[in-house]
Amino acid sequence: MTDFTLRVDQNKYLPSGSEDVHAIITVEASGPIERAPAVEAAEIIIVDTSGSMSYDKIAEARKAAQAAIDTLRDGVHFAIVAGTHEAEIVFPDRAVLTPATPQSRRAAKEAVARLVAGGGTSMGRWLRCAADLFSEYQRAHPGAIKHAILLTDGKNEYERAPEFAANLSYCTGKFVCDCRGVGVDWVVAELRQIASTLLGSVMDIRRPEDLEADFRAMTQAAMGKTVADVALRLWTPRAATLNLVKQVSPTLEDLTGRRTEVDALTGDYPTGAWGGESREYHISMRVPAGNVGQEMRAGLVRLVLPESGEVLAKGNILAQWSDDPVQSTRINPRVAHYTGQQELAALIQEGLQARNDGDLDTATARLGKARGIAEKAGNEETAKLLDKVIEVDPETGTARLRRDVDKADAIALDTRSVRTVRMRKDPEA
Amino acid sequence: MVSGACPACGTLVLVGEAFCEQCGHALGVAGCTSCGATAVGADGYCENCGMLQPSGRDHVEIELEVAAGVSDRGLRHSRNEDALALTAADTVAVGVVCDGVSTSPRPEEASQTAADTAVAALAKQLAEGADPATATREAVRLAAEAVAALAEPGEDAPACTYVSAVAGGRQVTIGWVGDSRAYWLGPGSEVLTDDDATPATHMLTAWLGADAGEVVPHIHTFTPDGPGVVLLCSDGLWNYYPEPAALAAVALNATPRAAAQRLVRLALEAGGHDNVTVLVIPFGQGEQAETTVVVPKEQQ
Repeated sequence: MTDFTLRVDQNKYLPSGSEDVHAIITVEASGPIERAPAVEAAEIIIVDTSGSMSYDKIAEARKAAQAAIDTLRDGVHFAIVAGTHEAEIVFPDRAVLTPATPQSRRAAKEAVARLVAGGGTSMGRWLRCAADLFSEYQRAHPGAIKHAILLTDGKNEYERAPEFAANLSYCTGKFVCDCRGVGVDWVVAELRQIASTLLGSVMDIRRPEDLEADFRAMTQAAMGKTVADVALRLWTPRAATLNLVKQVSPTLEDLTGRRTEVDALTGDYPTGAWGGESREYHISMRVPAGNVGQEMRAGLVRLVLPESGEVLAKGNILAQWSDDPVQSTRINPRVAHYTGQQELAALIQEGLQARNDGDLDTATARLGKARGIAEKAGNEETAKLLDKVIEVDPETGTARLRRDVDKADAIALDTRSVRTVRMRKDPEA
Repeated sequence: MVSGACPACGTLVLVGEAFCEQCGHALGVAGCTSCGATAVGADGYCENCGMLQPSGRDHVEIELEVAAGVSDRGLRHSRNEDALALTAADTVAVGVVCDGVSTSPRPEEASQTAADTAVAALAKQLAEGADPATATREAVRLAAEAVAALAEPGEDAPACTYVSAVAGGRQVTIGWVGDSRAYWLGPGSEVLTDDDATPATHMLTAWLGADAGEVVPHIHTFTPDGPGVVLLCSDGLWNYYPEPAALAAVALNATPRAAAQRLVRLALEAGGHDNVTVLVIPFGQGEQAETTVVVPKEQQ
C-alpha cells in the first residue's frame, strides 16, 4: 500500500487584527518499491487523425501510440481512439476496454499502423467517447486507475464552445487526462482547460519525432500510479472564508472552484491519481481575528479516499495572534517561494497575452519582470525560454521584446509557465 | 466522535450531547469558550469556530475553607507560566505563587515544580513542628533544587520567582525570591515584600534556577493588628495595581474566591498583558471559622 505523509509549512503567528492565513501543504506518497501488479488500471490513447496530421506527424504519432501500447503492463485494460470531427474506437473492435496481452498489444499496434489523417478536430467528442469506455469499465472495477493520453496538433474547430464545455463537464471526475500538443498550430489555453479539468498535464512537443519517447514516459508514469481518485478534504471554521486552494508543485493548478461540499464546514478538492510522488498545495483562508495569545485551527487538511472516507494523512493549519513583531512578521520561506512562483506564472501568461493583443508596453513590463523573478527563484528553464522572447540589457536592466520569435518558443513558454521549481534550499533540511 | 461513557449509567455518549440519552444524566458539557458551541474535538479545537480551548493551566481556581487562589493566562500570552499551590494544616493556611521567567526555557514547568515542591515541604515541616520561618527556608531550598534539576545540557536553565505565606495563629510568615509579591490588606494595608529587581529596568536580581547560584530567600514575619487578608500575587496583577489601598478596596468584604476572581478580572480589564495569579488568605478570624472578612469601612 502507498503511504502518504502530509506536512504543513506556515508561520502561524499573525499580528494583532490580521485575518489572512497562508500555508503550504506538502504531500508525499511513497510508492511501492516494486510496481504493484495488483493495482487495476485502464488506459485510453487518443490520437488526433485530423487532416493537418498528414505526413510525418501521423507517422510519428503511430510510433508514439505503439510505444505506449508496449509500455502497458499485462492486464491493464485499454483502447485506442482516433480523433477527427468525431471519435472512432480503432481498437478493440467492440466498445469495451480490453486487457493487455501479447496478442491484444499486437492487434492494437496493427490497428494503429493503419491510422490515416483526414477530417476535422473535435476534442470534446473524443473525450466523451473515452469517458463512456471508462464508465463501462469502472462498473466492474471500482477504484481502478483510469488514465488517458490526448494528442492533438490543432485547434478545436468542429465543435462549438457550448458543446465542448458540456462534453468536458461530462468527463469530469471520470478519468485523468494528460494532453500533448505537437507543432505550433494548437492552442495552449484549450489543452490547459482540458488538462486542468481532468487533473492532468500539458506539454508541448516541438518535433513530431519526440512524441515516441514522451508517450513511453507518460505511460510509464501512468503505470506507476497506485491510488485513484484521492481528494484533499478541507475543514475551515464556520466564520472563515476560503481565499484559495491551489496545487503549486510540480505545476500550478487552481483547485479553488473544484470544491465538492462534504458538510457545511468541509469540502473536497480532487487531486486525481497518485503514485510515488510529492505535490505541494497553497491554502489560504480569511478568519476572524482573535485576541493576542489565542490560537485557532484555521484549517484541518486531510487527504482522503472520498468513496470510503478513509483518511490517508492529515495536518492542522493554525493561527495564533501575537503582539511580538519578531514572531508575527516572519514570512514562512516556503509560502514566500510559492507566492513568487504564482506571480511568475501570472506575469508570463499576462505578458504573452498582451503580446498577442499587440499591447507591447504591457508585454515588455510583464515579461521583463518575469525574467527577473525566474532568475532569482531558480526557474532556469523558464529563464531560458523567456530569453527567447525578451532581451534584458544586463547593464541597464532594460527589457525589450525580441522581433523574430519562433512560435514554438512562445508556445513552450506559455505551456511551461505553470511548471514550478521547488525551493532551492530547504531551511529545515 | 465518541467522547466516552456516561458517568451515571455507562452508556456511550457523544461530544456535544448535554444529557445522556439513556438515563438523562446531565453531562456537564462545557461549551466552547469562544463561540459557545458544544462540539469541541479531542484535540482541543472547537469544531465550529476553530478556537483552541483553554488548557488546564490557562485558568486555574483553587478553593479551600481557609483560602482561595485564581491563576489566569491573561490576554496577551499564549500560555500560563504562573503557578500556585495552596494547602491547609488545621487553621494554618499555606500558599505559594511562582512566576516562570519567560525568557527561560519551559518556564511553566519551573513555576509548577517550585510551587508543588514548596507547598509539600511547608506542610511537612509545619506538621513536624518546625517554626514557619524555618519551614519556609527549607521549602525554598527544596524548590530551588527541584527547579535547578530541570535544566538540560545545551539550553538556558528554566527559572521562576517564588513567594509563600504561612498564615495561622497570630502571625503571618512570608518568604520570597524575585518579584512576586505579598500584601497585607486590612488595617494598615502594606506591601510585605521587597522586589528582587532593579527599580528602573525591572530586571530580576534573584530567582530559582540552575543559573541562580545559592538561593537565599527573604523571610518576613509579622503580627497583624486585626483581621484582614494576606494577598500573594504575580506581577501580572501588581504591575497594574501596585497600591495596597486599591487592592484592599477590591479584596475585602468578599469570600476569598470571589476576592481572587475580582482581582484577576481587574488585571484582565486593565489589559491582561501578563499571566496573572492571585492567592487570597483571610487572617484573624480563625475563632469564628469564618472565611468572609468584614472590615469596617473607616478602617480600609
